[in-house]
Amino acid sequence: MNNRLINWFKYASPQSFYPLAGKMIPWFVALATVFGAAGLWLGLAVAPTDFQQGEGYRIIFIHVPASWMSMFIYLVMAFWAALGLAYNTRLSGMMAQALAPTGALMAFLSLWTGALWGKPMWGTWWVWDARLTSELILLFLYIGFIALQAAIDDPRRADKAGAVLALVGSVNIPIIYFSVKWWNTLHQGASVSLNKAPAMASIMLWGMLLLALSFWMYSIAVALYRARTIMLERERGTEWVKEVLQREGAK
Amino acid sequence: MNIYWNSFADFLAMGGYGLYVWGSFGVTALVMIAEPILAVRSRKSLVARLKRQARADRNKEQ
Repeated sequence: MNNRLINWFKYASPQSFYPLAGKMIPWFVALATVFGAAGLWLGLAVAPTDFQQGEGYRIIFIHVPASWMSMFIYLVMAFWAALGLAYNTRLSGMMAQALAPTGALMAFLSLWTGALWGKPMWGTWWVWDARLTSELILLFLYIGFIALQAAIDDPRRADKAGAVLALVGSVNIPIIYFSVKWWNTLHQGASVSLNKAPAMASIMLWGMLLLALSFWMYSIAVALYRARTIMLERERGTEWVKEVLQREGAK
Repeated sequence: MNIYWNSFADFLAMGGYGLYVWGSFGVTALVMIAEPILAVRSRKSLVARLKRQARADRNKEQ
């Protein structure tokens, strides 16, 4: 038990996490590419049309993965934030900071593809509906987090302020998720949920799940990459960063 | 696993929803290409900056 704990915490220091992340990134890139290619093939080439929405429904293949990721990344960010507040570890703040831009982009993609789907199906790009509004608030939370961290010079204080914002904002995630149940909204209910059979044909479902996996792997890869940059920046002046810089020079 | 489309033109037209479908997939592709490029760029500029600083520090010591 004790041994296992020690092994875990070994990777909680930036200097041992840095090379580990460097080794993991190519794998996540490869997985994102493979899942992405398979998902696009199923979703755009093989899947049949939808009897109600025609070919317009194909937006689902990126709309749902982007929306899921926008919520999931926020939860992971809040998790790191809580860890940082509780244990004051250096890594947590770096991870939260690395995740925020990708989360913001996913929230943007969710809203963008939603608007392009809403126009032909509902006749409008945007409505102030519970689901759409709470997702917009999520985008603002990400932007607020990034702006708040950028505004505070001392990184440790920036982490703390960001962490509080991330934790308070996480109330919004269940609101987004359950908004279609709690309020009478224009947005349709969940196509896929844990406690009932999915309301989709299996080929469409597979295409969507593969693309969701691809978005997931992509997010991990790009967040780890950004985390490595943040580590170098914040730990500059330490011996391990100097060694990394020397190795970079050799290349 | 047969391809659903009869022709490439059908594929592009997306049954009249081409603008919406390709507008969604296109912007997503753009974002997913631009984000890694920006991340690589900011890392490269940071590494260059830190190296310059290290060189300046070494010169000062001498």
